[in-house]
Amino acid sequence: MSGFNKVVNSYEEALEGFKDDMTVMVGGFGLCGIPEGLIEQVNKLGCKGLTAISNNAGVDGFGLGKWLEKRQISTMIGSYVGENELFEKLLLSGEMEVILTPQGTLAEKIRAGGAGIPAFFTATGFGTKVAEGKETRNIDGRDYVLEPSLTADFALVKAWKADTMGNLIFNKTAMNFNPMMATAGKITVAEVEEIVEPGELDPNYIHTPGIYVQRVIKGNSFEKRIEQRTVKA
Amino acid sequence: MALSREQIAMRVAQELEDGFYVNLGIGIPTLVANYVPKGVEVMMQSENGLLGMGEFPTEETIDPDLINAGKQTVTAATGAAFFSSAESFAMIRGGHVDLTVLGAFEVDQQGNIASWMIPGKLVKGMGGAMDLVAGAENIIVTMTHANKHGKSKILKECTLPLTGAQCIKHVITELALMEIKDGAFHLIERAPGVSVEEIQEKTDGDLVIPDNVPEMKV
Repeated sequence: MSGFNKVVNSYEEALEGFKDDMTVMVGGFGLCGIPEGLIEQVNKLGCKGLTAISNNAGVDGFGLGKWLEKRQISTMIGSYVGENELFEKLLLSGEMEVILTPQGTLAEKIRAGGAGIPAFFTATGFGTKVAEGKETRNIDGRDYVLEPSLTADFALVKAWKADTMGNLIFNKTAMNFNPMMATAGKITVAEVEEIVEPGELDPNYIHTPGIYVQRVIKGNSFEKRIEQRTVKA
Repeated sequence: MALSREQIAMRVAQELEDGFYVNLGIGIPTLVANYVPKGVEVMMQSENGLLGMGEFPTEETIDPDLINAGKQTVTAATGAAFFSSAESFAMIRGGHVDLTVLGAFEVDQQGNIASWMIPGKLVKGMGGAMDLVAGAENIIVTMTHANKHGKSKILKECTLPLTGAQCIKHVITELALMEIKDGAFHLIERAPGVSVEEIQEKTDGDLVIPDNVPEMKV
C-alpha cells in the first residue's frame, strides 16, 4: 500500500522539482480556497519566469500578490485580476504579460487539459477580442471559437480533507477551480486541512479521486482571509 | 421621475417566475434578490460554485469558505449545492440558468453588449460575464440610459470592446424598459412620469415607439 501513500511532510518536499519558467496552476477564487502554504513556499523558493494560471491574482501582499512582489510571474492567465495595485503596475510597465480569459472558458480549458481533450468550441467570446486570431466555426447556425486546453507542470490545489492516497474532498465554495486543476497538473500537490487514513472518507463523496494527486501535505495554518466581509444588517 | 437603483431592481424582479434559477451580476442586479415577489421561489446561482445562495451570514455564522462571485461572505439556502467552476459554467453555457441579470457600459440595437473594458483604463478582466451572455437565452441588462454628461449608452453601435455579440434582448434603465429586436430598440414601458420624448432624446440607437407606452409599476 505504501506505493499509494502520497503524504509529504514538508513544503520543500511538496514542491521538489519546482523550477524557473514552469507553468503552474493555482486553485482558488479570489482568496477563497487557495493553497496558502504552497504559495508561500514558491515565494520562498523565488522561482522566476513562471506562467501562472489562476482565476485571480490575489491581493497586494497576499495569495499570488506575493509572487507579484518578487516578480516571479512572467505570464498570468486568469479571468479577473482586479483588487491588486501592483498587478496594475506590472501590467502597464510590460513586466508581465496577461492573458485574460473568460472564467468559464478558463475552467473548461483546464478541465479539458486534464481530460486529454486538446481544444473545444465554445460560443463564449465570439465576436469579441477574446476570439481574435482564433479559429471559429459555425455549427448548426451558431458561431463558436476554438479554445485550446491548458495543462501545467505543477498544479497547486487546496482541499478540505484528503486521505493518504490523495482522494480529496473540498469544502463549500472553496472548491472552485481546485478539482479541475488537480486533473491538469503533471505534478498535483494538494494542501489540505486534515489527512485521514484510507477508508475513512466515504467513496461516495470523494470529489477528486487520488489518481490525479501526486503529493498531499497538511497545511501548517490557513489564514483564510476574507475579501468582502458582509453580514446581515 | 427616473427610477432609483432599487426601483430598477424592483422592475427586474417582476420578471422572476416561480421555479427560476437566476444568476445576478454585481451592482444593481444584486439588489434584485431583495424584491422577489411573494409566492415566487427562485434559486440564485453564483458562478464561483453555488446554486442556492442564501442571505448574508451573521458574525457567528460567517465562513471564509462560503462566498459569492462578488467575494462577499454568504450562506447557503435550503436545498443548495456546491460544485466546481467547470460545473458552474456548464450550467451557464449549457443554457440551464433561466434568467441572467447583469450591468453594462453600453448596449446597441444589434443586441451587442460592452461591459468589461474601457481602453486606456485599467482592465480588470471579464470574469464570467462573457460566458453568461453567451450562454443565457434570457438576459436582462440593467444600466443607466446615459452617462453623467448626458451621452447615450443605448447605441446604434457599441464603441467599447464587446462582452458578447447579438445576445441581449431586454434592457431596463432608469427611464425605460426596452426590447431589442429586428435591429432596433422597442420601447415597452417608461418610468413613471418620464416622457417618451425624454427617452427618445437620450437614446442614440433607433427607437421604435408604439402608440401606447405604459408606465412601469414600481
